[in-house]
Amino acid sequence: MSTIFFLVGFPLVVAIALLVLKADAIRDIVVRVASVIIGVASIYLAIQYYSIGSELFDFQSETINSLMMGIEICLAIVVFVLGIKYKKYLASVLAAVQTPVMVWFELTKGHSIEVINNIYIDRLSIIMVLIIGIIGSLICVYSLPYMKDFQHHHHGEKDRRPWFFFQLFLFLSAMFGLVVSNNLVWLYFFWEITTLCSFFLIGYTKTKEAVDNSFKALIYNLIGGVAFVLAIVVLGTYYGTLELSTMLLFGSMGYSVVLPAALLAFAGITKAAQMPFSSWLLGAMVAPTPTSALLHSSTMVKAGVFLIIKLSPVLGWNVAGVMVMMVGGITFLFASFSAISQSNAKRVLAYSTVANLGLITACAGIGTYAAVWAAVMLVIFHAVTKSLLFLCVGTAEHNIGSRDIEDMDGLFGRMPRLAIFMIVGISGMFLAPFGMLVSKWAAMTAFIDSGNVILVAIICFGSAATAFYWTKWLGKMTAIMARRENIQNNVHKEEWIVLGTLTTLTIAAILLFPVISSTILVPYLTSVFTGVNAASLLSGNMFIMTAMLALVILLPLLFFGKTNKKIVPIYLSGTNLGDDLTFTDSMQQPMPVSLKNWYMEDYFSDEKMCRYGGISSGIIIAGVLAILLGGVL
Amino acid sequence: MMTNILWVIAYLVLAPVIGGMLAGIDRVITARMQGRFGPPVLQPFYDVLKLTEKEGITVNKVQDFYVLCFFIFVVITGCFFFAGGDLLLVIFALTLASVFLIIAAFSSNSPYAQIGAERELLQMMAYEPMVLMTAVGFYMFTGSFRVSGILSFGTMPFLYMIGIFIGFVFILTIKFRKSPFDLSMSHHAHQELVKGLTTEFSGKTLALIEVAHWYENIFLLGFIFLFFANGTAFGTVLGLGVCLVTYFLEVLIDNSFARMKWQFALKSSWIIAITVGFINLVVLRFMP
Repeated sequence: MSTIFFLVGFPLVVAIALLVLKADAIRDIVVRVASVIIGVASIYLAIQYYSIGSELFDFQSETINSLMMGIEICLAIVVFVLGIKYKKYLASVLAAVQTPVMVWFELTKGHSIEVINNIYIDRLSIIMVLIIGIIGSLICVYSLPYMKDFQHHHHGEKDRRPWFFFQLFLFLSAMFGLVVSNNLVWLYFFWEITTLCSFFLIGYTKTKEAVDNSFKALIYNLIGGVAFVLAIVVLGTYYGTLELSTMLLFGSMGYSVVLPAALLAFAGITKAAQMPFSSWLLGAMVAPTPTSALLHSSTMVKAGVFLIIKLSPVLGWNVAGVMVMMVGGITFLFASFSAISQSNAKRVLAYSTVANLGLITACAGIGTYAAVWAAVMLVIFHAVTKSLLFLCVGTAEHNIGSRDIEDMDGLFGRMPRLAIFMIVGISGMFLAPFGMLVSKWAAMTAFIDSGNVILVAIICFGSAATAFYWTKWLGKMTAIMARRENIQNNVHKEEWIVLGTLTTLTIAAILLFPVISSTILVPYLTSVFTGVNAASLLSGNMFIMTAMLALVILLPLLFFGKTNKKIVPIYLSGTNLGDDLTFTDSMQQPMPVSLKNWYMEDYFSDEKMCRYGGISSGIIIAGVLAILLGGVL
Repeated sequence: MMTNILWVIAYLVLAPVIGGMLAGIDRVITARMQGRFGPPVLQPFYDVLKLTEKEGITVNKVQDFYVLCFFIFVVITGCFFFAGGDLLLVIFALTLASVFLIIAAFSSNSPYAQIGAERELLQMMAYEPMVLMTAVGFYMFTGSFRVSGILSFGTMPFLYMIGIFIGFVFILTIKFRKSPFDLSMSHHAHQELVKGLTTEFSGKTLALIEVAHWYENIFLLGFIFLFFANGTAFGTVLGLGVCLVTYFLEVLIDNSFARMKWQFALKSSWIIAITVGFINLVVLRFMP
């Protein structure tokens, strides 16, 4: 248990230290050392509890409860005041609603409910701890040189880096707390902290756009927070418990816990940026890239899907389950379509995140053994691959001065190593034999077995769209353009180390996934879904995937770039001026060649897609919540 | 296991022979439809042999590598199929192969190749849902994704999966690169973009693409065969017969339609998938 407290407490101490220590050199050391310690501690925790598997800790502390409530009240006041200051009154209203309700409940009914096990650890928490601890701290290390450059680019503005790193480590602390809290009041506390951290991180630059978008994120997540509070009140009032494990136990014993499950799942949906709430994650793009990487890969949105996955045993074919699976499916489909029309690399990544979270949500909503297997695998692979891609785009942006995919033309010639990392990342997101494809495959099988034909159709179309937008990006990267200067020497050493590690992890994850599956995930699932024991992917297929991966790695090593053929100019209707970059036009003038990708705005504009997706999932959510709340009132 | 290996060896040896012959027959039939006499049936083989004797030139150092990967993974995909493997694995491996071909075209940074690549990509997006639905349909009907499982199921899937069959034949026009959907590259010289995707490939590289297509066509016809396989001689003969009829049909369509715009390719394929394909899946779902 002490390791758990260390993982929550240590980043908090580091965060406060970073707020106080303002010198660059000290920050460099503190962040690096702290990141290593956090990474090592999370691995240590995994080893420590690996054999135990799962354990509920009989731990109570009135002091912690009071402290949490005190902090909650302070934060609510901060949000209330900020909402008024920036004229975002909805944020103030939401803060003024949920925190008093929470405090009232805790002081009255909640007080009499005895919580025995405030914290717990199980194999799902272990997986989450590893993701947060390893990927989260890698992103922190990457942030050091990145934020130095960032400050350099925004010369003359106030240096808010202490605040930035404070938020970063606070975020990690809250995430660790979130994945080990069994007491829903504690979970809610950490939940709100992550909401506020992302609010401050998104608003980092203090431009109008940043402030607007940070409030959008805040408001959407506070709406989820209200649902969370309602869930706690309902659970406390009608079920007499505040423990997540007890709620799940009730579900498995046949009591209906649909209403609290639906409310909690709704909170998860807002945090996981599902439609109709997806726009906050898109807006979060205004923040510096490490923030995006953190929000998208190891924290924030993963907290949302983590909660939904926890709930999966009580979802399935009930109204709450149907809501979750359909919202996830719709989000997956329309977010995948939206990504087609984007040329801003970060927006493509963002829509891809929303889409994959949709898939995870849909799997969790189905709530069968195989579906949840796919969901957790998606969480793991997505965390690794997406952080790699975001950080690659960040490095590219600082060196080529643009985050537009069209400007990444011929990146292979300019920054070969970065291009290779990025190619691994992009392939990792959708191609066989990489991880995301394996999980998507498992998801598809689970969808079919659950009998939800609509989701099956959705995944067929969504996958097609996914392949389209990734491949055209891949095409831009791999284009070989004449006379490109190599500029990759300007990249900082730390960036290379982090990118290299993440690339290795992307490849290692697929090599190790049978091990991860059999040693951690399958034991977890068999403990949660009692009586079911099914292998998700046939081991034969796993073996084939590994063999294919070996081939995909081996082929380039053997043959890439080796040719003794004569190199000739490309075909430009016979008027190539010889440099492959210009041709003679009809006015006999030299004209540069310019090639652009297809974005098919008429069909797949994100505005239209998000509207369709938002309306349809909004109707489903509203309908389900109306039915459930109607039953109570 | 032994029979699987024999099937794979047979595929590796015979697929290019049969695929090449089919291509030759295609050209003869096409010629007759257009009132010409046409080349000998073995012409595709002569063409490939001639390509291998051309001088080795390329526009950059990497595209040959991508084309090689395309070839290798097309062949591997076919091996998965004929070894009785998982249909989804077959589809995913084929996607990987197609991506390699598209990347090969992109890598040249040539306008014609890139337009071809974008169109190829679009075609991929157009046919993918229906291809996946086909695999799903087989799974829902026979309870197995594996080709071996589907073959040993006993009941002929065709009648129960007729909607999916229609949908699959429809997108097969795209996969066979036949008009009206030969958008990315074409065998007809009258199209607005003729060699598209393959503009910058020559000699042995181009020959490799040609042979890869022969391999590909054979296992695509294998999908058609699966609709009729029920383990009896009748089913086998019927299946092979329908494969030939389908191929002839594709040649007929090729010669009777002008090329459509990409918008039509995308819309029509998706509409077919969401109507006949999806409805068929719903029927299979609620079939007792």
